[in-house]
Amino acid sequence: MTQIFAYIPHKNGAAEDVALEYPEAAKKIDAGASVTAVVTGSGADLEAVAAEMANIYSEVIKVDNAAMAYPNAEAVRKALVNILPGDAIVLVPHDTFGMDLAPGLSVKLDSAYAADVVDFEGTDGSALKLVRQELGGAVSTHVTTDASAGAVITIRPGAFAPVDGKDAGGTITDKSADAGDLSVKRTFLEVVEAEVGDVDITKSDVLVSIGRGIEDEDNIEVAQELAEAMNAVVSCSRPIVDAKWLEKSRQVGTSGQTVKPKVYMAMGISGSFQHMGGIKGNPFIVAVNKNPKAPIFQVADVGIVEDILDFMPELAEAISEL
Amino acid sequence: MEILVCVKRVPDTAENEFELNADGNDLDRDDLVYSVNEWDNYAVEEAIQIVDNVGGNVTVITVGDDEAEEVLRREMAMGANNGILLSDDAFEGSDGRGIAAILKAEIEKGSYDLILTGAQADEGAGQVGGMLAAMLDYPYASLVNKIDVDGDAKIKVGREIEGGNQEMNEIELPCVLSIQTGINEPRYVGIRGIRKVAKVEIPVKDAGELGVDAAAVGEEGAKTRRVDYFVPDLGDGAEMLEGSTDEIIEKLIEKLKAKGGL
Repeated sequence: MTQIFAYIPHKNGAAEDVALEYPEAAKKIDAGASVTAVVTGSGADLEAVAAEMANIYSEVIKVDNAAMAYPNAEAVRKALVNILPGDAIVLVPHDTFGMDLAPGLSVKLDSAYAADVVDFEGTDGSALKLVRQELGGAVSTHVTTDASAGAVITIRPGAFAPVDGKDAGGTITDKSADAGDLSVKRTFLEVVEAEVGDVDITKSDVLVSIGRGIEDEDNIEVAQELAEAMNAVVSCSRPIVDAKWLEKSRQVGTSGQTVKPKVYMAMGISGSFQHMGGIKGNPFIVAVNKNPKAPIFQVADVGIVEDILDFMPELAEAISEL
Repeated sequence: MEILVCVKRVPDTAENEFELNADGNDLDRDDLVYSVNEWDNYAVEEAIQIVDNVGGNVTVITVGDDEAEEVLRREMAMGANNGILLSDDAFEGSDGRGIAAILKAEIEKGSYDLILTGAQADEGAGQVGGMLAAMLDYPYASLVNKIDVDGDAKIKVGREIEGGNQEMNEIELPCVLSIQTGINEPRYVGIRGIRKVAKVEIPVKDAGELGVDAAAVGEEGAKTRRVDYFVPDLGDGAEMLEGSTDEIIEKLIEKLKAKGGL
């Protein structure tokens, strides 16, 4: 029987959403697999998360150590190497912590590695069959990974349907004594909170959001004029902030703001999952992009193949004349 | 400070519309435009700025075929001092672990204080830096968006975490860092800059020279393998508005009114 271990990320004593998504991922690997939740941390927060996980998983392993009070990937990796069987299939979220932890964990467990998996299609002997994306989501790939000596796999948060997770009545096993030496060469100092900008994009019902298609800093004015006509606010995708054309506080995405507008105007945005991850509440999405193959057209409600630099001024003018 | 930056030649996502080949199992690669992985430019820029401040050398390295040399020259035109090309037929088809093993073999022959990679590349895995660090037993930080070199034994690094927040860490040298976009503004490279480094010799090293076990890398050694490419069927997708721009705008305005956008 396949043994799957799911690493449970948590914050302030509550597990992150991916904890409810692992069971579906595990089922798609092997419907008969045993799935064990692994919770590391320290003190009351850890206890609360372990208890929460016992409602979802029949087996829960907890590891309490002050070195993991803040989730330091190096310390967590050392603990997991000492606790997990070498041939385990380990699931980790593909997020900023998972990217820190998982590649090195696969080396230390001498396991196969597959990153940012969006779907599983069962097994072929000892190989796992999985689906990922490349080139910013422009194409998908079928991948096999040989799990005969174990595998570490990061899954994309939100890609697997969450379970309800109630009353599993799971057993919590304390493995703190097996964690071993958790001394680290990288120490956590502090979290610097994001700066608050001049405009709060999370408060707007309508967002005119710009991406690479804006091409030049001077063209941002065009988006601003459309936003004014629509009584909306200008937000953006990551490349615009990287280019320092707009403030970080205007960025929508997993590494920026999470927004819940009624209408989202995606102007020249390709639609990477990191960007779409910041859009919640199922808004009406209008995508304008001159590339008819842009991934955004797969998730938008309405799509228009035009150059935003031509389209936005005309739309702004038409709206002003209403 | 001796800094090594690992770079990769990739299909340029800004310059290409990706299509499958006739068999439907690979990209149509005939007319693909390749360039340096976007994240790697930020890593090279950061390395150059550090060396400008504290002294030292920047070396850029890649695993690839003859054509990969052009990305090394581009990064040398930015200001990297040296380039190294690791190239062997046996390396073809390596997975992330294989690439990390090849890089490790060369790194152990040198003496680097700091090893940088891009946070991710075309495959979107973000794996080589973390694997390399674990193989070398160096500490690692991913998604780095700030580096303060304030000592010879330790430096401070900021990591981009969820919600636009930044996690500050102190990390011992030598270490491996994966660099996130936005950490700096990579300098422009013109034709003249490329010409200046056109004649600089770039050493090419193969599996034998590196002492890499050919069976542990390449397609043979890969535990994770791509089977094929495909375009997923995600249901209906967007309702595409067509016609003249005026017609499209008229239809769009009706929809926006219905959905609370106007």
